[in-house]
Amino acid sequence: MPGSIPASVSSASPLAYPRSRAWGRLRDGARGLPVVPVTILGVALLAALFADWLAPHDPVLGNLRHRHRPPAWLAGGDAGHLLGTDHLGRDVLSRLLFGARISLLVGFTAAVVAGALGTAVGIISGYYGRWVDQIIMRVVDAWLALPAISFAIFLAVLLGPSEMNIVIILAGIFWTRYARVIRGEVLSLKERDYVRLAIVAGCSKWTIMRRHILPNVINTSIVLSSLIVGVVIVAEAALSFLGVGVPPPKPAWGLMLADGKEGMMAGYWWVTLFPGLAIMLVVLAANLLGDWLRVKLDPQLRQL
Amino acid sequence: MTRFILKRCGLALVSLFILSVTIFVLIRLTGDPATLLAAPEAKEADLEAIRVQLGLDRSWPVQYVHFVGGALRGDFGTSLYYRVPAGSLYWQRLPASLQLAAVAMTISLVVGLSVGILAAVNVGRWWDSAGKLIALLGLSMPSFWLGLLLIYFFAVYLHWLPTSGRGTAAHVVMPAIALSGYFTAAHMRLTRSSMLDVLGSEYVKLARLKGLPESWVLIKHAFKNALIPVLTLAGINLVLMINVAVVVETVFAWPGIGRLLYEGIEFRDFPVVQTVVLLGGVMVIAANLTVDILYAWIDPRIRLER
Repeated sequence: MPGSIPASVSSASPLAYPRSRAWGRLRDGARGLPVVPVTILGVALLAALFADWLAPHDPVLGNLRHRHRPPAWLAGGDAGHLLGTDHLGRDVLSRLLFGARISLLVGFTAAVVAGALGTAVGIISGYYGRWVDQIIMRVVDAWLALPAISFAIFLAVLLGPSEMNIVIILAGIFWTRYARVIRGEVLSLKERDYVRLAIVAGCSKWTIMRRHILPNVINTSIVLSSLIVGVVIVAEAALSFLGVGVPPPKPAWGLMLADGKEGMMAGYWWVTLFPGLAIMLVVLAANLLGDWLRVKLDPQLRQL
Repeated sequence: MTRFILKRCGLALVSLFILSVTIFVLIRLTGDPATLLAAPEAKEADLEAIRVQLGLDRSWPVQYVHFVGGALRGDFGTSLYYRVPAGSLYWQRLPASLQLAAVAMTISLVVGLSVGILAAVNVGRWWDSAGKLIALLGLSMPSFWLGLLLIYFFAVYLHWLPTSGRGTAAHVVMPAIALSGYFTAAHMRLTRSSMLDVLGSEYVKLARLKGLPESWVLIKHAFKNALIPVLTLAGINLVLMINVAVVVETVFAWPGIGRLLYEGIEFRDFPVVQTVVLLGGVMVIAANLTVDILYAWIDPRIRLER
């Protein structure tokens, strides 16, 4: 991969050897790391972390005299508003940068919470088996049958709009996908010799699940998470777009799309184009990274 | 076979039961249904009247039996906004959703199958890379954003197609394309991998050894067999398309059940939201059951599993 070439040249020097051991290990871990998705996610992460410094304007306060300014490179554009302004005169670029914070925070938190919950439930279901497994898997089946987006809307209407509620809702919906896959893995893992030996050695069920099963399914969870992050980010955007997600006037990407809809009919395309592009790029990057992780960490998952 | 069908039907019933309990319990855990049903400015006396009217003063099991009994008779409560039964609203809107899903499915199958086959036949070459890129874009692009871009380009800029609503054939084009995006990508990927599997099989090698023309091998031997998994997925996806079109239908003001769900959110019309979600779940469970049974009928090995 292009990214690793300069690093390997520098380590060819004998002087570099002793101090580069930790660096080398890090480099080995990152070898072949796909450049495109890492760059996109890196930029989004930087935007999310440093939005306060990077954003040229306040993301929520607009100037009504500067409504619907086109991007700076077009006729009538204003160098102060690089990507133009929306119907309330708010700077699109600033909202985009702050929006990265909401999207990434909600997306990653929901995926991690769903992953932790789903992995735990999957391990318990697979390891205990019998009626515990039956009950849990029937619940998982039923929940998987609910179309994710309408179930999310239903819960959002019940709980009301806020970032915290979206994380709860999306984690509450997507844990089932982990539970299904992890349980399947545990079913075969628990027949392995080292698990049987652990039972013979007198380990408690809790210890076996934590020490012998969990480390063997964690790769699968990570791969699944990377694939689910994208789904969760789109789901958050869709909920915000429909008005049951992040409450306005916060600069969530989904909300920006909803705000831009009216103006787009009058030709103000930039308010709609950029947030959607941002969502697509981040989701694309998450999917690409997921594919890479899948091949790298768990070749058996390629069929997934 | 009978045993298998009975077992699967039993499992589906259990799923339906859990589904109904989930929805029933969630509504009651997250607050007083009376406040969901009443106008925001309702007085305490109004709330009390609603509670008695809905039987909310009775115990949960009694309420649950009442809820399921009603649902089985097709009674899902009365829409607060339209003042008509939520069930009849649903059946009214379903044809529009079916139409949209049918057109979107046709697009996704035509594009997905042709590009998928081209990619599999030219594996590792230009067509394959192009197919991969399209699939990746399709999987990453939010359907509602694709819809908005289509509106801007074809309706606002070129004035070729109407922006929204339902009526002529031209109305269905953009929502169907927007809805089909994700599914086209999924069908394309599956077609490609399924074709590759079949092309590596013994009977395709034999057909080639017999000296059959390549086009005949592809159509008669490979394609027919590669189609089975794709059509199975398409069957499930058709049901999903009907139920996940909320955002696309909202963008295009398409009067299907997705739009109904959105109106349910806007007007805080809780019985409508609940009906759409519950029936969506029922539809998916029924589709899964049908596919399971069809598969067992085609492939006897599945019947004997477990």
